[in-house]
Amino acid sequence: MIGFKRLAAVLATLALTAVACGAQQSGSQATKTDPGVTQDTITLGATYPVSGTASFYYSVAKGAGAYFEYINNEKGGVNGRKIKYIVVDDAYTPANTPAKARELVQQDKVFLTYGNLGTPTNLAVRDYYNQQKVPQLFVFTGSSVWGADYSKYPWTLGWQPDYVTEGKIYARYITQSEASDKIGVLYQNDQYGKDYLNGLRAGLGDKAAAMITDTATYNANDPVDMSSQVNKLKASGANTFYVAATPAYAANAVTNAVKNGWKPKIYMNNVSGASATWRGVVKGLGASAGVDGMISSTYLKDPLDTAKWGNNAGVKLFRDVMTRYGNGCDPSGADSFCISGMASAFTMVNLLRQAGNDLTRKHVMDLACCALNETDNPLLLPGTVVKTTKTDHFPVQQEQLQRWEQDHWVPFGPVLDARKK
Amino acid sequence: MTATGALNSSRLRASTIFPALVALVVLFGIPLTTDSFQTFQFANVAVFVVAVLGLNLLTGYSGQISLGNGAFMAIGGYTTALLVARLGVPYALTIPLGGLLAAAAGVVIGIPALRLRGIYLALATFALALAVTPVLNNFDSFTGGHAGVNMNPAAPPFGLDLSNEQWLYFLCWAVAAILFLPARLLIGSRTGRAWMAIRDGETAATANGISISFYKTLAFGISAFYAGVAGSLQAVVLTYINPDSYSLALSLSLLIGAVVGGLGSVWGPVLGGLVVVWLPYLAERAAGLHLGPLSFGGKPDIGFGILLLVLMYFAPAGLAGLAARAWRRYRRLRRGSGGQADGESETVEPEPVATAERQVEPDQMST
Repeated sequence: MIGFKRLAAVLATLALTAVACGAQQSGSQATKTDPGVTQDTITLGATYPVSGTASFYYSVAKGAGAYFEYINNEKGGVNGRKIKYIVVDDAYTPANTPAKARELVQQDKVFLTYGNLGTPTNLAVRDYYNQQKVPQLFVFTGSSVWGADYSKYPWTLGWQPDYVTEGKIYARYITQSEASDKIGVLYQNDQYGKDYLNGLRAGLGDKAAAMITDTATYNANDPVDMSSQVNKLKASGANTFYVAATPAYAANAVTNAVKNGWKPKIYMNNVSGASATWRGVVKGLGASAGVDGMISSTYLKDPLDTAKWGNNAGVKLFRDVMTRYGNGCDPSGADSFCISGMASAFTMVNLLRQAGNDLTRKHVMDLACCALNETDNPLLLPGTVVKTTKTDHFPVQQEQLQRWEQDHWVPFGPVLDARKK
Repeated sequence: MTATGALNSSRLRASTIFPALVALVVLFGIPLTTDSFQTFQFANVAVFVVAVLGLNLLTGYSGQISLGNGAFMAIGGYTTALLVARLGVPYALTIPLGGLLAAAAGVVIGIPALRLRGIYLALATFALALAVTPVLNNFDSFTGGHAGVNMNPAAPPFGLDLSNEQWLYFLCWAVAAILFLPARLLIGSRTGRAWMAIRDGETAATANGISISFYKTLAFGISAFYAGVAGSLQAVVLTYINPDSYSLALSLSLLIGAVVGGLGSVWGPVLGGLVVVWLPYLAERAAGLHLGPLSFGGKPDIGFGILLLVLMYFAPAGLAGLAARAWRRYRRLRRGSGGQADGESETVEPEPVATAERQVEPDQMST
């Protein structure tokens, strides 16, 4: 029992020391200069699904990394500083992302995070980044929440066109050209899928209830078999198939629709627009007839469309960069995630240039949220302006419709600007 | 063997106080000497220590293999997240509640599990692990579906001047320490002896008057309680959960933690928790993922697998078994009279997976 008293005393002392030291430590953390920038480097970090079922998205990081390498090796970096790009694996699992975010901020001492991929994974750490005042910049997800919640989360910003906007574009096209359509909707049962559905409904307006004959859903990690969903939508009498699904599910759904004799007009979300996906589907079906005429949209130039972009300087730069630094990114551009990665990296580099030598997180974020005005992105459609203002926090908002023909997309119509109207 | 447990309990105090004291010094030292990422990781270690403690009771002591304890973590996690986010309940109150709800589910699952043994039970619980994510997604009006549930980060109470990570660290380790004690006591009690008897031979246990169904169901319930508390704690630490947080990988990592830490060993779960949290991190660093210009294969899974294989090759009884073996060898060397007989038994003696704890006992007896 004497031992117990002594033990208690030791414990109490330890506890007091702990609290005192804790106070000291957090006190010294308060005076903070911005880490991640040295005389000759700027360190950026990102969380990506490097492993796991969503690892095909990793190409976005490869495309971005290739462009940074190009800037480092051939342009001497940004204002004399080389970009160091650290990618860590969260396997697209939101339970992993919080530790990874801290790893980047505390362990790797990144200046900011750029291009973190995925809606749920970014939601999992939005509070953390905003508390720490570390930019969660140009997150790679088309959810509309990043721009919409800007006033509550000023350290978080998206980049690509959002899904609601894209849904509205399809709706407008449907009402203009094929007003009598009956639409069957397949969507992933989460915020991303619902954004697309809501965009479609909003675009159709009063007619939405009458035109949408039925909806079917699946969940993110379900087995990839959409046959029952497709049968359900076919049975509803729909002649139009609106697909808001990720690549594997979208490809399976279209294959099923063609195989069971349903011949709908297909609207494919941009998320699953990679040409490689549809070339695979056409190959699997043995003919392109069922896929031909499928409508999608894009905000990027498509290097596979050599007739249109064969001599384009931006596309040439893409091939050049990927040939030399691609690290798995095919210079042909069959993997559109490589293209979007490089396109957003271009904006990132521009932003750092714009910041000049005032490389504080606050300054960079102020420019990103409200003062972007990039007109020369080599991989976005001509005329696209990457722009933010004090009231508009959606950087890329211009898209063009495209139609599938045999083995590639053919863009048509004008570039549509969601900022107007 | 059942008698030594009782004999040991008097001896236990002297031999556990010193390591416990060392453990306490280390525990208080960690958050004061590490950066907030490492502190956060060590808070996660405590979460997994709690979960593996529960799995160790079920699998290591009562001999029932469960691949589905991630499901019980999901019950705890969603209990906490929904109560905190929707009803504003203080999160500390939700932690025991998460454990109790999970325990109830554990008993319900434990009853049909009575009919299954060995690999068949493993498969049934495997199905449980697979079902979690789809079920959570399916009832999305209640669970929030794939959009997940977001909570405000837990701030240190009473105006304590701790960083968020430090507070989470102390909270998790306090819970782990509180739950370590009953687990330790259970193992040495009549219940623990009953579990081990069932594990080592059900027929013999029945012949000795042990109620198999009662003790097996009890093991499931208690194990699920630990998993539920771990799930609640994890939700508090992560502040955001969605159905994908409870993938099959979670259940598997619990089993990895239990086996690599040392099944049927008291300290195994602590080592298991360390392994589950830090080994993937080491594997990722080893895979060279952290290069500037992405010039790597980017396959951390493979590195993780290789590290696991190496560990299991050199420590088939888990890290706790390895430590016990090293300790025995050290004692023998110090006694100087190690002799050939001992040396031989060292090399010949196989290390049955679940006997690390018992093998320590003869040594304790001989001192």
